[in-house]
Amino acid sequence: MSEHDHPHEPITSDSKPSYYEIMETAVRELLIGKGLITANEIRHQIEVLDSRTPALGARVVAKAWSDPTFRERLLADGRAACEELGITFYDDTQLIVLENTETVHNLIVCTLCSCYPRPVLGLPPDWYKAKPYRARAVSEPRKVLAEFGTIIPDDVEIRVSDSTAVIRYLVLPRRPQGTEGWSEDELAAIVTRDAMIGVIPVTVAERAAS
Amino acid sequence: MTPFAVDGIQPALNEIPVFAVDDLVRVASRSPIGHYRVPTYLRGCLGKVVRVIEPAMIDNEEEGYGRNAGNRRHYYRVAFAMTELWPGYGGPANDALEIEIFETWLERV
Repeated sequence: MSEHDHPHEPITSDSKPSYYEIMETAVRELLIGKGLITANEIRHQIEVLDSRTPALGARVVAKAWSDPTFRERLLADGRAACEELGITFYDDTQLIVLENTETVHNLIVCTLCSCYPRPVLGLPPDWYKAKPYRARAVSEPRKVLAEFGTIIPDDVEIRVSDSTAVIRYLVLPRRPQGTEGWSEDELAAIVTRDAMIGVIPVTVAERAAS
Repeated sequence: MTPFAVDGIQPALNEIPVFAVDDLVRVASRSPIGHYRVPTYLRGCLGKVVRVIEPAMIDNEEEGYGRNAGNRRHYYRVAFAMTELWPGYGGPANDALEIEIFETWLERV
């Protein structure tokens, strides 16, 4: 029994399921009912997805910043380099790592749905799946970036990658100044999910704020 | 293409990429009914191959219907100028979009 004194509302679920929720439930129950998959296999896959978070991507970025030969392997074959660190790919997707430089700023989007480098970043943020981001990231990326507070100078190329088929993308952000001599753990702590999507740079201030 | 280590091995046509880096390509202007993976904003647009994605892979559009056999071909990373995609694009001329496109959607220019 709860010790604190404010009343609790009973936990209820009154809202009706949506069309797609009903469809998902129906397909899931059919697949289980016909013995094609088990409820435990679904639970296990949810566990797999829950184990993937931006902390994995941050480790990859920190290692690329610290180890030039790893960086080369990462840019040559993103998936193989991540697998070196024990990050498994549970599907058939490949990974291309896009390096931000003084002259190129990369941004990733999936205009068709929500393709995202889930093995290394986990589930995408809601705004990444929302239609305004998906439509505007490809047609007016500089305005979208400005709304995230990111102003890219005109002499830096914006390169938008629309991931729609079998390739997933991960942005390798620029290493901020003032991080010379930092350990990989210290570097990983300032690398955020949004920086690996390309909507913001990595800044040293992130560490103080976290 | 993966190098063939044994002399005399003749690869099938779908094992060999049709396009190479720097090839100019146009996205087909088809409007198929059903599952597709090429966004409509790219149809008919002119781009340049910047990377051949190895190895050859199953066509996602066929895979969507469970038809996986015999349709392994290459995907290409193709770059488009933003000004090619959006006539009124307001940013600098060298802003670009890159996307992977299955071989059957591309036409040589």
